[in-house]
Amino acid sequence: MKNALGAPQSLLVLGGASDIALATARALIADRTRRVILAGRSPEALERAAEGLRAPGVTVETLEFDAADVDGHEKVLGEVYAAADIDCTLLAFGTLGDQAHDEAHPVDAARVAHVNYVGAVSAGLVAAAALRRQGHGSLVVLSSVAAERARRSNFVYGSSKAGLDAFAQGLGDALHGSGAQVLVVRPGFVHTKMTAGLPAAPLATTPEAVAEAVQRGLRTGAHTVWAPGALRYVMAGLRHLPRPVFRRLNI
Amino acid sequence: MSDVRTRALTGWGRTSPTTARVAAPRNPAEVHERLIGRTDRGVIARGLGRSYGDPAQNAGGTVIDMTGLDRVLDLDLERGLVTCQAGLSLHRLMELVLPFGWFVPVTPGTRHVTIGGAIGSDIHGKNHHADGAFAQHVERFELLQADGTVRQVSPESDPETFWATAGGMGLTGIVLSAVLRLIPVETAWMKVDVARCADLDDVMARMADGDASRRYSVAWLDCLATGASLGRSVLECGEHAALADLPARPARDPLRFRPRTLGGVPSALPGGLLGRHSIALFNETWYRKAPRRKDGHLKTIAGFFHPLDGVRDWNRMYGPAGFLQYQFVVPFGAERTLRRIVESISAAGAPSFLTVLKRFGPGDPGHLSFPIEGWTLALDFPAATPGLAALLDGFDRQVAEAGGRVYLAKDSRMAPDLVPHMYPRLAEFRQARSTLDPDGVFVSDLARRLAL
Ligand SMILES: Cc1cc2nc3c(=O)[nH]c(=O)nc-3n(C[C@H](O)[C@H](O)[C@H](O)COP(=O)(O)OP(=O)(O)OC[C@H]3O[C@@H](n4cnc5c(N)ncnc54)[C@H](O)[C@@H]3O)c2cc1C
Ligand SMILES: NC(=O)c1ccc[n+]([C@@H]2O[C@H](COP(=O)([O-])OP(=O)(O)OC[C@H]3O[C@@H](n4cnc5c(N)ncnc54)[C@H](OP(=O)(O)O)[C@@H]3O)[C@@H](O)[C@H]2O)c1
Repeated sequence: MKNALGAPQSLLVLGGASDIALATARALIADRTRRVILAGRSPEALERAAEGLRAPGVTVETLEFDAADVDGHEKVLGEVYAAADIDCTLLAFGTLGDQAHDEAHPVDAARVAHVNYVGAVSAGLVAAAALRRQGHGSLVVLSSVAAERARRSNFVYGSSKAGLDAFAQGLGDALHGSGAQVLVVRPGFVHTKMTAGLPAAPLATTPEAVAEAVQRGLRTGAHTVWAPGALRYVMAGLRHLPRPVFRRLNI
Repeated sequence: MSDVRTRALTGWGRTSPTTARVAAPRNPAEVHERLIGRTDRGVIARGLGRSYGDPAQNAGGTVIDMTGLDRVLDLDLERGLVTCQAGLSLHRLMELVLPFGWFVPVTPGTRHVTIGGAIGSDIHGKNHHADGAFAQHVERFELLQADGTVRQVSPESDPETFWATAGGMGLTGIVLSAVLRLIPVETAWMKVDVARCADLDDVMARMADGDASRRYSVAWLDCLATGASLGRSVLECGEHAALADLPARPARDPLRFRPRTLGGVPSALPGGLLGRHSIALFNETWYRKAPRRKDGHLKTIAGFFHPLDGVRDWNRMYGPAGFLQYQFVVPFGAERTLRRIVESISAAGAPSFLTVLKRFGPGDPGHLSFPIEGWTLALDFPAATPGLAALLDGFDRQVAEAGGRVYLAKDSRMAPDLVPHMYPRLAEFRQARSTLDPDGVFVSDLARRLAL
């Protein structure tokens, strides 16, 4: 159970080797979390990540899970939720793709959309059904500032995150009154594997800062948090820029 | 099943809402029906929800709201014995028995708790040092068990079940009714001595001296006072006033009991009225308005025992983030731990609206009953207080190390690993529970969170 200060005791990470997710797991373990399940594609990467989290009194399991394999979600995730209550599910998987390449290779572009959006729809709905049954718990969805307004420079990824973001908001409304919370997290540029080698954007931040924002959202029961928080106001401005101006912005 | 509604519940602190199927039966047969009709997520009884945290919640399962079972079944005015259903509130019971010169043996800081809740938390009052906790005044109760049977339980016939249930937080079954021993009073007034105490040493010394001769005692601490005033407080000691103590006017109707409630607090308070500054101001005023010393002045029962009941829904003053209550006890001899905690609160500037210090008498026989002989301190904190989680985690450790414990009826945030240290009889409780309820039918959010 989460306690009165929003600290969960059990955590399921979908996309278990994600840098942001692991920073979040570390922060939650420093508080009340004692059971962690890392679900993802690469058993080796997951095992490495699990080893890094293990501590006296903390059990970390790994689980094979492919966000793209939507046919398998009900079974794979259903078993996890049936075994014991999950206080917090962190939906962290995602792929950035390569915009230039993807524009030229529609199949690869579709793969980005399939993982980031379609995979999240199916996994999110499985999680939601479980939370409804439990009568409690949080689903934390790693969206992105890119979801706010599609940019020329990465609209394949951005549009998939926009779909994910809209889905997660709707799911939050659907779960209203069920005892469950959906927390949409909108990070800006975060220094992780995903962005390694890319030029940092303004207001670039760290996985630890995103983890802190997640904890704040859990504590207050919020439905949206930004990391860094200032992005909320930046994006409120950018959202309404006229198209031609926005198009010329180099972001 | 028209009496069943799916809805979100919280405790009095309004934190951690979870959703359950809430049934509101009107009689024991309907309670039985709801127990049988449960899902695999089990059942818990709920009284008036005055516990601060999550013991009367059961996420995804069934919660049985017992307040519809509020009938008095028998009243023996000769011996002061009342038999009542478990959903009856102490408020209603006082209204009923006071005119006949009887009073409840133990009352908490609010009258709005049920008999079932009083047994479930084995509550204590300002008279614990003299009279022990609530269940010591319970002659017997009827317990609806996991298998659907009803058992008559008394401390003589079945001590194991009785003392597992007293303080057992609803996890052994559902109390349907109870027989309670009342205490005789001549009036509905209290004769109270009030004294301002300059600091923590002063109040503790006076309590240690005075408690033996006073039935009721409690001190209100200003936890934001610092330096030399650390722990300054207002000490109140009281007795039930005798008829001879009353002036002519109240003496005409000495047992009159008409507590007043002021209008409630609006439900949608954005930030909450109680921030650090208003709390500091309140504490200062409370201390200043108390007489330096005043002996034998008369207070009503409500004014002495239940000052907060004067404002309906006062818990809403904390706004939507809610608040938490932290109450611990440390044994005599661990005064340094108590002092260190008061110092930390003052240093952190963590604002507690109401801080109450009291001395407990010998511990109670309930496996999980809270009181042990020693000092108990209760504090309220807005949930949004920065750094609160770490501050209270630190207190937990100090309390456990000192051989003390945190009160389950007020807890909403503790970690499970300290519970066996704080409650050494937890193993005994688990044993009794597994005999009474082998399949774990009775379960609550508290039980899940603390792995009881
Ligand atoms: C302002 C205020 C002051 C307080 N002061 C004190 C104090 O001085 N001393 C003190 O000890 N406590 C105090 N409390 C706490 C309160 O007395 C306890 O939490 C009490 O248990 C609340 O009773 P309730 O009927 O609201 O029960 P709930 O809060 O609804 O339930 C409490 C527990 O009892 C169980 N329970 C309820 N009914 C039954 C039943 N029929 N059968 C079996 N189990 C049942 C529940 O499952 C739960 O575990 C105070 C609370 C407030 C809000
Ligand atoms: N970094 C940023 O700047 C930034 C900004 C905003 C939002 N986000 C979002 O935050 C989330 C976490 O990203 P991160 O920065 O922590 O990057 P990361 O370390 O690369 O994490 C992404 C994770 O997703 C996993 N994944 C990809 N496809 C998957 C699939 N089909 N099935 C299961 N898992 C899959 C990856 O696992 P594999 O090793 O198997 O590929 C990887 O562990 C992502 O959703 C990302 O979009 C990131």
